[in-house]
Amino acid sequence: MAVMMYRQALNMALKEEMRRDPNVFIIGEEVAKYQGAYRVTEGLLEEFGEGRVIDTPISEEAIAGAGIGAAMVGLRPVVEMMTVNFALLALDQIVNHAAKLRYMSGGQIRVPMVIRAPQGAGMQLGAQHSQNLESWFMHVPGLKVVAAATPYDAKGLLKSAIRDDNPVIFLEHEMLYPTKGEVPEEDYLISLGKADVKREGRDITIICYLRMVTVALNAAEKLAAEGIEAEIIDLRSLKPMDIETITESVKKTHRAIVVEEDWPTCGTGAEVMARLQETAFDYFDAPIMRVTSEDVPMPYSKNLERSALPDEQKVIDAVHCVMGYECRYSRRTNIGSTPDRQRQE
Amino acid sequence: MHKAELLDIYRRMTLIRAFEEKAGEKYKEGKIGGFLHLYIGQEAVAVGFISALRDDDYVIGAYREHGQIIARGTEPKYVMAELFGKSTGISGGKGGSMHMFDVSRKFMGGHGIVGGGMPLAVGMAFAIKYRDGDQVVMCFFGDGAVNEGSFHESLNLASLWRLPVIFVCENNLYGMGTAVDRASAVPEIFKRAQCYAMDVESVDGMDVLAVREAADRAVRIARRNREPRFIEAITYRFRGHSITDPDSYRTKEEIEEWEKRDPIPRLRKYLIENELAADEELDKINEETAAEIEDAVRFAEESPEPPDEALYWDVYA
Repeated sequence: MAVMMYRQALNMALKEEMRRDPNVFIIGEEVAKYQGAYRVTEGLLEEFGEGRVIDTPISEEAIAGAGIGAAMVGLRPVVEMMTVNFALLALDQIVNHAAKLRYMSGGQIRVPMVIRAPQGAGMQLGAQHSQNLESWFMHVPGLKVVAAATPYDAKGLLKSAIRDDNPVIFLEHEMLYPTKGEVPEEDYLISLGKADVKREGRDITIICYLRMVTVALNAAEKLAAEGIEAEIIDLRSLKPMDIETITESVKKTHRAIVVEEDWPTCGTGAEVMARLQETAFDYFDAPIMRVTSEDVPMPYSKNLERSALPDEQKVIDAVHCVMGYECRYSRRTNIGSTPDRQRQE
Repeated sequence: MHKAELLDIYRRMTLIRAFEEKAGEKYKEGKIGGFLHLYIGQEAVAVGFISALRDDDYVIGAYREHGQIIARGTEPKYVMAELFGKSTGISGGKGGSMHMFDVSRKFMGGHGIVGGGMPLAVGMAFAIKYRDGDQVVMCFFGDGAVNEGSFHESLNLASLWRLPVIFVCENNLYGMGTAVDRASAVPEIFKRAQCYAMDVESVDGMDVLAVREAADRAVRIARRNREPRFIEAITYRFRGHSITDPDSYRTKEEIEEWEKRDPIPRLRKYLIENELAADEELDKINEETAAEIEDAVRFAEESPEPPDEALYWDVYA
């Protein structure tokens, strides 16, 4: 097993799948000559040539549509959206076309396509470059949504996504690209739709994904020092969601929080909580809580950005709330008219 | 063109006309739901263009596509059954008027979002090039689509990558109720394609022979040179935008003026004047196509609805 970065694991998955299947190709902005805005596609142009690693103009709608059209006739495109924020320009193609073609053609069409997109905040990129839009895609029947937290998962999940016969939105996190972990150099797959217990514990279940897995694991170490054993479940696949694994865990722990970097309203946590009250209502000893980003556009300033995001301390505070200790976690939701700011004259 | 081919063109145009008239009736009887965008008046465009293709070429349309799928050879009964929402419909009763697919004939939809099919056409043409094939993609859209971003992104990519797409703009002068000159700063639509370094052409869409000639030229060049072509076909829909359209934005006189240019009598006149067909022969075709549409309605009426389980079929592959 080699230790490598998250982005290298993704790169390895792309290379392996392109070597295995000549129908797999890469298309997106700056994926070829530039080697990828986050260097995920580094070296691919050299190995596979410009016929299979295709730079595009800045035309997200047509990039997504070209991928879908190619998939409709049997190719397996891996479309890179430079960030998920830009995928908003391609929403018509993703939602109205990729997700619907199989159903509304009565099963005549398949769209075996992956759209990879980094998302997330933490690099002071401001409101238009820091969003987490997983729930937008989770909402749509016909799409699958995957979110890899570790290099190991990134490789196995991306390979499965490429082999899947459906449109898969494959979300990565900008802050995870340089993170390291062990990754087998041989071929392996991780099934879509299976969560992963990243840490076992008896007292509380922490449901998380993407960058929040590391945040939750770090929080769990500190909680363990106080005698609270948290079970960390990495969803890995947001749609379909492995509700069985989460349910089994809360039947054991009787308590749960969700840690997510998206906004609270209609977010992933809202979905997890709704599903859990259907499958495990009687098992809960306390209400489920969510640790999310604050319900605001992402500010630029470092300190404000930090305040807006979930962190280790917020996770610990929320666990304390659910465990019945003094509750220090708070988050404003349903912000109406903006409170008057105190002007510093 | 040989006589047999001309008669086939006449037959297909008549078949589409008979289909659409019947569909309009059945809609009013409450047999058909949703929107119904009829193709009456535009038959020369679909038939003229699609008859120039090979079986292994691709066709993609927008939401006024009944005429195109029938021109492509799909039996009207499966199209009618789709309108009736029956399980025997070409899309299993799950698509409806705007989402007709017949992948066996490489008819790739049926797309209800204006301009939405254009990037897909680019992707299919990309796949042809990727596999070093010599097919072409024929992409139909209306005058309304040229004001969408997808139009410009698609034309740019197709030209940049030299993809074999034939872009066919069916300019029927109105995007819903808005006249082209109230929507496009440059009302000569072909000019808007010109700036993408693409050969463009404007053709009389009420003259099927002129359409076919332009189509042959476009297909030949797109196939041989592997490059996109853009053709604007000026046409007119004799009915409203959809069947519930009160048509308050066009004058009676205007509609009547265009009806004088009806492409079907025009072809008929040509065939007779050039002694390519006799009246009786053409009347017989009319009777046959009318009978085929009656059969199509019977087939649709008698077909079962999709079973309840079908609700969950084909969400995922």
